[in-house]
Amino acid sequence: MTALVTGTWWMTHRRLTALLRNPAVLVLTLAQPMIWLFLFGELFKKVVELPGFGTQSYIDYIVPGVVIMNAVSLNSFAGMATMDEIERGTLNRFLVTPVRRSAIANAGVVEQAISTAFQSLVIVLLGWAAGAHYPGGAAGLPALVAAAVLVGVVLAALSNTLALLVRDRNTIIGLNVMLLLPLTFLSSAFMAKGLMPPWIRHVSAANPVSWALDAARAALSADPDWGSAALHGSWLLVLTVAAVSLAIFSFRSYQRSQ
Amino acid sequence: MAHAIEAAGLVKTYPGDVRALDGLAVTVGRGEILGLLGPNGAGKSTTVKILTTLIRPDAGAAAVAGHDVLRRPDRVRRVIGVVSQRSGADPDASGVANLVLQGRLYGLGGGDARRRAAELLARFGLEDAGSRPVKTYSGGMRRRLDVALGLVHRPQVLFLDEPTTGLDPEARASMWAEIARLAGDDALAILLTTHYLEEADRLAQRLAIVDRGRVVAEGTPDGLKGELRGDAVHVEWAEAPPEPLLREALGRLPGVREVVVDGPRLSARADDGAAAVPAVLAALDQAGVPAAAATVARPSLDDVYLRYAGRRFAHADAAQTPEAAAAGGAR
Repeated sequence: MTALVTGTWWMTHRRLTALLRNPAVLVLTLAQPMIWLFLFGELFKKVVELPGFGTQSYIDYIVPGVVIMNAVSLNSFAGMATMDEIERGTLNRFLVTPVRRSAIANAGVVEQAISTAFQSLVIVLLGWAAGAHYPGGAAGLPALVAAAVLVGVVLAALSNTLALLVRDRNTIIGLNVMLLLPLTFLSSAFMAKGLMPPWIRHVSAANPVSWALDAARAALSADPDWGSAALHGSWLLVLTVAAVSLAIFSFRSYQRSQ
Repeated sequence: MAHAIEAAGLVKTYPGDVRALDGLAVTVGRGEILGLLGPNGAGKSTTVKILTTLIRPDAGAAAVAGHDVLRRPDRVRRVIGVVSQRSGADPDASGVANLVLQGRLYGLGGGDARRRAAELLARFGLEDAGSRPVKTYSGGMRRRLDVALGLVHRPQVLFLDEPTTGLDPEARASMWAEIARLAGDDALAILLTTHYLEEADRLAQRLAIVDRGRVVAEGTPDGLKGELRGDAVHVEWAEAPPEPLLREALGRLPGVREVVVDGPRLSARADDGAAAVPAVLAALDQAGVPAAAATVARPSLDDVYLRYAGRRFAHADAAQTPEAAAAGGAR
């Protein structure tokens, strides 16, 4: 157990040092969510006037949507860094040391979690500057960030699994491009459920992005619905555990096939 | 005490029915440098991957420093150092940072890891570059750092997988000097893979020649060459003399055999080439076909490879299909 903890610590230390060496990446990748937040926020301002939307301010509505969508797009490229490490021989260098395989995977999870949390907070702050309100406040915002982190970890784990099993950058890029828009628009990120066509409503109920949004919005509302937050949050948690296990398992498969 | 490396019957087949290893067996004694010599795709890197716990063989058994590679990979990892074909050093981190992290992964404390890093940088002539990012290093410096990374935890067995591939001649010579110095350490056994005949000849105390996933010959470089019994004697003329005349002239000479005539050139094998040349020249003079030139060559590892693998080394290297060569490179 201590070997796992110290291994995870040093592997994480390495990744965070790399992140601090080049923090501009974290800021530059925020450009996309900014566009979503300010462009979509302005363009579709008036959709809240549709009967049945259920909120008065669209910017209030989309901040959680942008936070979760950013978590999806930021983390779905995690596999690219893993590809670099495979090609450079770095992964093999660690695999022949006593460090545990799960420590290597854990370090990726911790790094993704920290960068996702950081970017989520920046989006929340910029949303607030643009006039968004977070009535759920002190408890709701951590719930939103936690939901974003879980979604991010799921996507990063899947992206890493692809990198380890397929070892092809184009597949990773292709899948990301293919998944990002459906995951976003077949969810309640930008449109209230009540106003969706029935088939999209059904599909979005099975979309983890919606689970994250349902959990976050339930916690962020003026009268938080903790039951709903806990229910959707726990589905998300189960999915996260499954995705991380898959990523750890794919290490073994990587070793069999290299 | 057990051998540093003991492997027998290793078989590994990759998808697409590529048989990388076909019953390979190899033993490395304590403190010995064994050279695994073979063309690209012969199975050298696959062998290293199995012995360093990166992959599992389909069949066979292997032990490193007495620990079973399949049952106790965790123990094997503590006692091996690995310098693989691809560097693996973090290009954006400094040499010191790479070495300290490596030490930490083997459980060294902060002070010990930093001391060991400084010691290794000094030993490999990298003190001045220690705080620079590795991406600013030259190919030779990077390779020396790779070897330093493999030695951080004072391993008992060091694997050097094609350590000089891609280096310029100067960097290669300096890497050879480093490896030769490592050989002076009695506690360290080294398994070196290479497809350079000269590298194997210079560095390895013992050689295992690998061809198509098997060891086809084993021995000291001199012993293997000695088994070929004798030097090659080459004679040339401006115009090809009649072959029967040559055969008759040389047939009676003691210690000269395996005469091969190819147009205006003749090759033969002699127990002692230098002593045989005057007799050969005199016999040819007497027969009325004086030679234009004569040379003597010590048997080379290329000759050894030819004898055991049935083809010239350079041909075997070039005969790889692009797919097999690419796959070999990745393994």
